[in-house]
Amino acid sequence: MTRIRFEHVTKAFGTTPVIKKLDLAINAGEFFTFVGPSGCGKSTILNMIAGLESLTDGLIFFNEILVNSLSPKERDVAMVFQSYALYPHMTVYENIAFPLRMKKEKIGSIDGDVKRVAGLLGLDDFLGKKPKELSGGQRQRVALGRAMIRKPKVFLMDEPLSNLDARLRIEMRSELKKLHRELGITTIYVTHDQAEAMSLSDRIAVLNEGTIQQCDTPREVYRNPANAFVAGFIGSPAMNLIPCHELSSQTHEYDCFGFLFHPPVNLSTGGGDVIAGIRPEDVIVSSKKSYASVEVKVTLIEPAGSYNWVDAERGKVLLKGLARPEEDLEPGQVAYANLSSDKSIFFDAVSGRRI
Amino acid sequence: MKRAVFYLMIASIVLWSAGPLLWQFATSLKPDAELTRLPPILPLAPTFDHYRALFTDTPLLRIIANSAIVSSCSTAMSLVIGALAAFGLADLNVSAKKLVLIFVLSASMFPPIAIVSPLYLIIRGLGLRDTWWALIVTYTSFSLPLSVWIMTNFFRQIPEELYLAARVDGCSPFQAFIRIMLPLAAPGVVTTAVLVFIFSWNEFLFALTFTATAKSRTIPVAIALFPGLHEVPWGDIAAASIVVTIPLIILVFAFQRLIIEGLTAGAVKG
Repeated sequence: MTRIRFEHVTKAFGTTPVIKKLDLAINAGEFFTFVGPSGCGKSTILNMIAGLESLTDGLIFFNEILVNSLSPKERDVAMVFQSYALYPHMTVYENIAFPLRMKKEKIGSIDGDVKRVAGLLGLDDFLGKKPKELSGGQRQRVALGRAMIRKPKVFLMDEPLSNLDARLRIEMRSELKKLHRELGITTIYVTHDQAEAMSLSDRIAVLNEGTIQQCDTPREVYRNPANAFVAGFIGSPAMNLIPCHELSSQTHEYDCFGFLFHPPVNLSTGGGDVIAGIRPEDVIVSSKKSYASVEVKVTLIEPAGSYNWVDAERGKVLLKGLARPEEDLEPGQVAYANLSSDKSIFFDAVSGRRI
Repeated sequence: MKRAVFYLMIASIVLWSAGPLLWQFATSLKPDAELTRLPPILPLAPTFDHYRALFTDTPLLRIIANSAIVSSCSTAMSLVIGALAAFGLADLNVSAKKLVLIFVLSASMFPPIAIVSPLYLIIRGLGLRDTWWALIVTYTSFSLPLSVWIMTNFFRQIPEELYLAARVDGCSPFQAFIRIMLPLAAPGVVTTAVLVFIFSWNEFLFALTFTATAKSRTIPVAIALFPGLHEVPWGDIAAASIVVTIPLIILVFAFQRLIIEGLTAGAVKG
């Protein structure tokens, strides 16, 4: 069980900063995910933990032991890559055995370990094959096997599921979760897929432009986003963000394109424009007018089985909501949106910070 | 009809490329009297006299051995140095990679004839004149730009993640090079090896300048300097050319599959 701590970790490529002053502790045995849009620096963090990338500044500790100057080998981490990075000239058996061979373990014990791991991952029948003869899912398993076999201190996974098709991805997701529960090894996972991050992790860190926007349990990040970026990034479909213009700084009245929001007074700035956020599942679109509903124009219907997602617009504002399939809404039609305004949250329009 | 045209075209290409060699082969079988006459194209009374003369009257075996040793050693040294340099330039954190590559390439811009005299002085100063080493050192240096460039491209084509995976799996950079990168770059290494070997086998100018006797003389020089009393011994020259081409043909055919893979790598994603 390894606890990992970052202290003021900074990374720059040339003069371009990639990671800015990262301070974070990942608990022993935790399934921790870095999630963020591409180019936010999440893979760089993994490479720095693995020792594949040097730090520009700052310290990384494994169980309070400074690892900055240790080679990947000495850090004893295992990594699963997005492309799997299987050695094409070796068989599945040789691929899985490779980390143990490099540790110079006895042939007999290697053989036992390889067979055990292969059995665990359902790879017994493929041990003699070369990676190119395998399907995507099987390659993924081989990559996992190669990472698991030497029981590392830390598992690092760099978008390991993004090359799989949708069904297999969900299957492997639950397998990864099961595996983590059985092995109890600290796992650090990187993905741009927020749904994956939510379903797998004990805690997630939302990254943007090299800084952690929020770090908490999936549930908290979803329910209490710290800022407008997190609110827009976590959750699918994304949260509706509606700008509200302050009409008077004395009375704190707002014009929210006609939507009925009641933003609290922004204590940090004492006023100013705000952004109202509301999740699409808290917006019900109906063809019938009701008390407190707001008129909108339907632009798109996406059936999702038991309900429909509805894209609507009001003025310049786009809104996503739910509708019952019986409503028979058509694009172009006028409808009425019912917002559960008690579920809405507010952000400062300038800083994006939660109010 | 279409088929016929196809085969006709193939035949003409084969004739075009192999023609000179076949002509030389025909010449090598002609008795002296027929050598300078045309027709006949094919020898009327084929004879192995020239071949017999080669092995009895000239130190041909020694010359072939010289060439083989010089070419093999140059190839081996060029590959070892070139592969390590290429690996570094393609995969490691080396600063100013582009500059280094351009610098390496610029070394091959100077025509050999322009530097042969200073090189001769250096070789003589080192006491390497008329030894294998004079040629081995020269050929290694002159083939390095080629081998560094070819192999750098091959190492670049290997996904970076494979190197990173090897490092995480417990390899030092050198172990990753030996166990993962080198086997994957094998087609490129073999292609380079064949090209360097052929270059060394055929090189003339340096060989002519740095060698003096059969002790170190290589094939092209030896053939050019074949002793003829009053005339050029065309028959012997033709026979010698055929004999020394055979090793190259064997080499190319042996590695044919890997060379094709090497020359076309990157064209199709494998």
